[in-house]
Amino acid sequence: MNQRVVITGMGVVAPNGVGLESFLQSLKEGVSGIQHFPELEDLKFSCQIGGIPSISEEFKRHYFTDLQLRGFNSSGILYGCIAGIDAWKDAGFDNNADSKLDDETGLIFGTGTSGVEKFREAIYKLDDGQVRRLGSTVVLQTMTSGVSAYLSGILGLGNQVTTNSSACSTGTEAIIMGFDRICSGKAKRMLVGSCSDHGPYVWGGFDAMRVMTYKHNANPKKGSRPLSASASGFVPGSGAGALVLESLESALERGATIYAEVLGGAVNSGGQRQGGTLTAPNSESVQKCIKKALEFSEVQASEIDVINGHLTATSKDSVEVQNWVQALDRSGDDFPHINATKSMIGHCLAAAGAIESVASILQLKDQFLAPNLNCEDIHPEIAKLVPLKCIPQSYTQKPLNILAKASFGFGDVNACVLFKRYKA
Amino acid sequence: MNKDELIAKLKPIIEPYIQDEAAFKNLSEDTDFVKDLKINSANLVDIILDIEDAFDIRLENEDMEQMMDVKSAMSIVKSKLEA
Repeated sequence: MNQRVVITGMGVVAPNGVGLESFLQSLKEGVSGIQHFPELEDLKFSCQIGGIPSISEEFKRHYFTDLQLRGFNSSGILYGCIAGIDAWKDAGFDNNADSKLDDETGLIFGTGTSGVEKFREAIYKLDDGQVRRLGSTVVLQTMTSGVSAYLSGILGLGNQVTTNSSACSTGTEAIIMGFDRICSGKAKRMLVGSCSDHGPYVWGGFDAMRVMTYKHNANPKKGSRPLSASASGFVPGSGAGALVLESLESALERGATIYAEVLGGAVNSGGQRQGGTLTAPNSESVQKCIKKALEFSEVQASEIDVINGHLTATSKDSVEVQNWVQALDRSGDDFPHINATKSMIGHCLAAAGAIESVASILQLKDQFLAPNLNCEDIHPEIAKLVPLKCIPQSYTQKPLNILAKASFGFGDVNACVLFKRYKA
Repeated sequence: MNKDELIAKLKPIIEPYIQDEAAFKNLSEDTDFVKDLKINSANLVDIILDIEDAFDIRLENEDMEQMMDVKSAMSIVKSKLEA
């Protein structure tokens, strides 16, 4: 029989809050984590604003040894480890370096690319004929699975340990992969999540594609405008989110706190057919992904109370809402509430799905809808489909039972997962 | 540079990488980097680089292969300084 899967721990490192408590408060109060960065201006970026979590040197030392921090220069691994360790502790486990190997817990922690600044350091040295002086830390910080290697060692996890990568759907995909592994009985627990580096070397390629907004450099907190008529591109973000998934049986046995249940999910690809490209989604496949997630979760479209969308603040937001309308066959007053977490934290790229899932689950647990910032001018195409009341712009208490979270990524890949409020 | 001075200069270079405090406190010429100090073998290359910087010498691959304990490190550093 398939195991039921619940969430028993979470951790988050977001531009508007590091740690669950601070992030939850920011969600409730609608705090934007977007700032202007002079470095981006100096480098002649069109978009000079972004989201970077605030982490002091002292704070790092709560999570890493001095030796681990020697020559350490990978912001994604930093964020991923902090979120992962926090989630693990939140689930009631400790991170003692001498802990017994836990071979019933695995780890799927995704990212897009790892340690770009470390890689840059290495390239400069190497081009200077100094390959012998790179030291021992380049490989571990620049290999894509670096975050999983660090985390699994810190926590002593002995089940499957890997890293997935599917562009901006990475985090949501990691949750679904971990869910599947527990469902099939191959693991009792899976620490899942995703992280993304910050800074110009990750964001530059997007700036060059002109997909980031250049219109809000003087007013950064207004920059990330999902669902808005004046949305003019996304604001780049960074950080990490982590969740401890656990079989319901194991969670009950341990008397663990249960945040919510994962009902199921689906991933697919549009194959860059039927309008899909490397950068644009095949809408038919997006809808199919949502429908499959419902089917696998045995949930009716009518049961969904809220959607936490991908909604990046590009011209594709209207297309996404249209896809939800068609996939759920619901529109107008009948449409679920919409949640655009990126309005507060920007687009955290590979980390987006995990951070936004943490945001989703906090809202389910505390029964509220976080405000959608910067959409006072709802896009007319979206307004045609969905009434204003479905897009709350201020903190709203609401009984919520089922939430659908979707993420989409370059390469025409899709992921959709369904969370349900857990009642003992 | 005599033996004691050399050890005194090597100790702080090695310290960040050690995993066994007690063995480090009792460090002598016979102390083995991996067996006694429990240094992760991957970190041996970092120690080599730090020694290069501190003594302004260059250690070749062949030198590195031999530097498994304090004694061999001292003798190699000494020979480089005298060269």
